Amino acid sequence: MTPEALLGGFADAPVQSAHAFRASLEALARPGTLQHLTGAIPPAPMSVAAGVLVLTLCDGTTPVHLAGGHDCGPLRDWITFHTGAPLVAAEAAVFAIGAWGALQPVSRFAIGQPDYPDRSATLIIEMPELTAEGPRLTGPGIRRAAHLSLPAITEFAVNSALFPLGFDCFFTAGQQVAGLPRSTRIEAA
Amino acid sequence: MTAGDYNFAYLDEQTKCMIRRAILKGIAVPGYQVPFASREMPMPYGWGTGGVQVTAACLTPDDTLKVIDQGADDTTNAVSIRKFFQRTAGVAVTEATAEATIIQTRHRIPETALTEGQILVYQVPIPEPLRFLEPRETETRKMHELEEYGLMHVKLYEDIARHGQIATSYAYPVKVEGRYVMDPSPIPKFDNPKLSDSSAIQLFGAGREQRIYALPPYTHVVSLDFDDHPFVASKAAHDCDLCGAADSYLDEVITDDLGGRMFVCSDTDFCRCRRAAGHTGRLGAPVTASRTVAPPPPPSPTRGEGGADPDLSDPGASPPPCGEGLGVGGHRHDIKETAE
Amino acid sequence: MYVAVKGGERAIDAAHAWLAAERRGDTGIAALSVAQIREQLALAVNRVMAEGSLYDPDLAALAIKQARGDLIEAVFLICAYRTTLPRFGSSRPINTGDMALTRRISATFKDLPGGQILGPTFDYTHRLLDFALMAEGEAPLAAPPPPSPPHRGGGEAPLPATLPHLDTPVPPSPLVGEGWGGGGTPAPVPHVTDFLNRDGLIQSEVPSDATPPDLTREPMELPASRPLRLQALTRGDEGFVLSLAYSTQRGYGRTHAFVGELRIGTVAVEMDIPELGFAVDIGEIEVTECETVNQFTGSRTEPPQFTRGYGLVFGQTERKAISMSLVDRALRWKELGEDFIGAPAQDEEFVLMHADNVQATGFLEHIKLPHYVDFQSELELIRRLRAEAITQREAAE
Repeated sequence: MTPEALLGGFADAPVQSAHAFRASLEALARPGTLQHLTGAIPPAPMSVAAGVLVLTLCDGTTPVHLAGGHDCGPLRDWITFHTGAPLVAAEAAVFAIGAWGALQPVSRFAIGQPDYPDRSATLIIEMPELTAEGPRLTGPGIRRAAHLSLPAITEFAVNSALFPLGFDCFFTAGQQVAGLPRSTRIEAA
Repeated sequence: MTAGDYNFAYLDEQTKCMIRRAILKGIAVPGYQVPFASREMPMPYGWGTGGVQVTAACLTPDDTLKVIDQGADDTTNAVSIRKFFQRTAGVAVTEATAEATIIQTRHRIPETALTEGQILVYQVPIPEPLRFLEPRETETRKMHELEEYGLMHVKLYEDIARHGQIATSYAYPVKVEGRYVMDPSPIPKFDNPKLSDSSAIQLFGAGREQRIYALPPYTHVVSLDFDDHPFVASKAAHDCDLCGAADSYLDEVITDDLGGRMFVCSDTDFCRCRRAAGHTGRLGAPVTASRTVAPPPPPSPTRGEGGADPDLSDPGASPPPCGEGLGVGGHRHDIKETAE
Repeated sequence: MYVAVKGGERAIDAAHAWLAAERRGDTGIAALSVAQIREQLALAVNRVMAEGSLYDPDLAALAIKQARGDLIEAVFLICAYRTTLPRFGSSRPINTGDMALTRRISATFKDLPGGQILGPTFDYTHRLLDFALMAEGEAPLAAPPPPSPPHRGGGEAPLPATLPHLDTPVPPSPLVGEGWGGGGTPAPVPHVTDFLNRDGLIQSEVPSDATPPDLTREPMELPASRPLRLQALTRGDEGFVLSLAYSTQRGYGRTHAFVGELRIGTVAVEMDIPELGFAVDIGEIEVTECETVNQFTGSRTEPPQFTRGYGLVFGQTERKAISMSLVDRALRWKELGEDFIGAPAQDEEFVLMHADNVQATGFLEHIKLPHYVDFQSELELIRRLRAEAITQREAAE
C-alpha cells in the first residue's frame, strides 16, 4: 500500500458524511437535479464526487467493483484503507464504479430479487460532465419532467422496465452528482 | 448522558452508513419496505426508535429539527426526542413547520404544506400493511412480490358489507406509484392526501420491525378504495375553537364532566400561526411567541434549553414565521365533515 | 378561556427526579453497592448478561441497580449500551469440552466419565424461607466459595476432591449416583452426546465453518438458519422461552426430551490476532450448556436415532439453557423430517419474532403513549356509523 492511499479521506467524517449523504439523497430522490459533493480527494481517475460517495456509502459489508481505468492500484488501496470494502467482480458488487463504457455490459449487475428488490447494485458512473439536458426523465421525485445528460438511453430504459427490480445509478463529474433510480422512466428528449 | 460521550447524532458511523444505504434503496423503490439492521436505541421500541435512527442518519449540524407527536410539539415524547437530538447532535430546533429542514412525526402530517428541502420522518409501529390480514412475514413478502393485494380489498369490502363504508380511520393503506401497497403509519386518514405529490422527501422508519421505506417527492400515492365507495378524508364537523380553522384536523378535548367539549387543531404550530395572524375561533386565545431555539452549547446537558414549554417562552421574541401554506388548505381534497 | 395541557419538558424532568428518589428508597438504609449486587444477586446479573448479550457482570449489576431491580429494564440498558460499542472482531468458538466445571449432570446416565457434579444448585434445597438471612445473620457456610472445586453432596462438609479420569470411570456405587458430586477436575470432560454419537445412536451435527449471521448487525431474515435461531433463543426472554419449552412438554410439539447433559463452568475466550498469527486468550466467561437427547419419531429414509436440542447461555442460567434446547429441538422439525403440527414452539417465525423482550416490552408499553389523534378518528367513525344506522332504523319504522 502506498502512503498516498492514506490521504484524501474525510477530515471530520461524522459531519462530512452527513452532508454528503444529504446531497446524495437529494440527488436520488430528485432525479435530474445536480448536487454538490466535496471533502474527499481520491486518487486518479476517480472524481471527487465518486470518492465522497464511496466514503459515505461503502464499508466492510459492501463489495465494490472497480471497472476499467478505475481498477488501478492506487484506487484499490485507497478504497481498502478508507472503507474496508472487499473488491469483487461485477456480478458480486453492491457498488460498481467506472466510466460508462467500462461498466458494460451493465446486465452483469445485481438487480435484486423479486422478494428483495433492495438487494441490487448501485452504479457510480463517472462522466466527463453533467448537465440538466438530454433524455427526458419522468417518475417519482420529478414534478413534471426533468432532463439529464445520460450516456445512453436504451440500457436505462431496459433497467427501468424491470421495476421494481433493477440497479440504481449515480452519475459523477468533478464535484457534481446526479441520481437515477430504477423508478425513473426515460425517453429521448 | 453528555454529547461528548457519543458520536454526532448518537449513532456510530458504520450504523449510519448502513441506514443511509437502506434509505437510498427505499427511495429507489418507493413504498417497498427495505430491511435494515435496526439498533437498540436509548429509548424503548414503540417510542420512535425507527424514526430516531432515520433522523440520526439524515441530520447534519446545519439542520433545524422539529419533532411532533399527535401533531403537537409539546407532547412528552416529542419533547424527549427533540432533547435527545439537541444533546447528541447540537442541532437547532423549532416548532415552526416552515422553518424546519427535518420533521420527525408520530401520527400526523403537518397541516402546513411541506416544501422542497424538507424531510418528513415518520415513526412507524407496524410497517406491513398486510400484517393484520396475514401475520407471517414470509407470506406477506410473497404477497408484495406477486402484487397479491386481493386480501386487502376483501377486508375493506367486508367493512362496506358490515358498516356501509370502509371502517378504517387511521393507518389507512395506500398504493404507491401503482405498485406497492404501503402503510402510511397511524396517521388519521384525513392526512392521506398529503402523502401524494408532496414537495418534501418522506421517510418511514420502523425500528422494532427493522424496516425503512420512503416516498420521494412528487410520488403518486392513492388511498385504496372502490368505485362505488371512494376514499374520503374525514374530520370532525367543527371549526377549531381557538383559531377558527375549518380545514385542519381537530382534537376533541373534554372540558368538564357534564359533556362539555371543545375542538382544537391537533397541529399546534398551525393553530398558533393562525392565531398570530389574527384568526380566532369560538373560544379564541391570544397570540403566543416564536418557538425557534438556538442549538445548545454542547456538551452541557443542562435542562430546559429546549424551551418547549410555551409558558416559559419569551413573549418578546420575534413573531413566528407563519406564512407558507397557511389557510390555503393545499391538500384539501374531499374533506368530509362528520355529521353528529 | 381554555388552555391546553402543556409543560411536557418540566413534567419529564420532575418525573426523572421522582424516579431517582424512588430508586434510592429510604436514605436511612444503606445504599446497595454494585459489587454487592454482582456478588449476591449473581443469578439476576447472569440473566441480564444473557438477555442483554453482553458479558460484563459489573455493568449488568449497575443496570440492575439503576433499573430498581426490573430485570427487563436492566436488559434494555445493557442492550442500548452494547449497541454503541465498536466491534474489534470475532472470537474463536468457545470449547465447552475444556470447561472448568462447577456443575455437570446427566439425567440419561447414572454415572459417566467425568462424574456427576451437583454444584451450587437449588435443586435439592427445601424451599423454606431462611429467617436467619432476614435477621442479617449468615448461615454457616456449608460450601467453599467459588472458584474452589465443588463439593460432594449438599450440606455436608466438602470431601477431598477426587479426580476421576476419562479412562477410569468411577464405578457405580451408592455414593456416586445422581446427586453426588464427582469433584472438580481440570481435565477435559467429554460430552455425553459424544458417547452416543460414537455408537451412531444419536444424529450427528454437521460441522460448519460458515460465519454465523449476527442478529445484532443484520435484520432477521426468514426462514432462519439454525445458528440464527440459537442466537435469538439465547438472547430471548427467559419467561418466553421457558413457556414455549413447557408447552412442548405438554404436547404442543412434543419431542420427548431428556437432559443428556447440563454443564456449567468457565471457558476461555480466544481471539485470532492476524498481526500475531495466533490466537490469544482474552478472558474467561461462565456459561451454561445443555444438550438434550430427544426421541426420534421415525422416518422412511433414516434408521432410528436419537435427536438433539442445544442450549448455551451466558452465566449460570440453567432454566434458560434447558428451555432453549427444548425449543431448539422443536424448531428442527423440518430438518428432521417431522410433521408441522401447528405447535407454537415449532413455528420459527412466531418464536423468533416474539423472543426479544426489549422489543416486546417496548411495543407493549408504547400503547400508553398518546394515541388521541387515532382515537379521535375512531370516535368520528363510530359516531358516523351510529348516526347512519339510527337514520336507517328510523326510516324503516
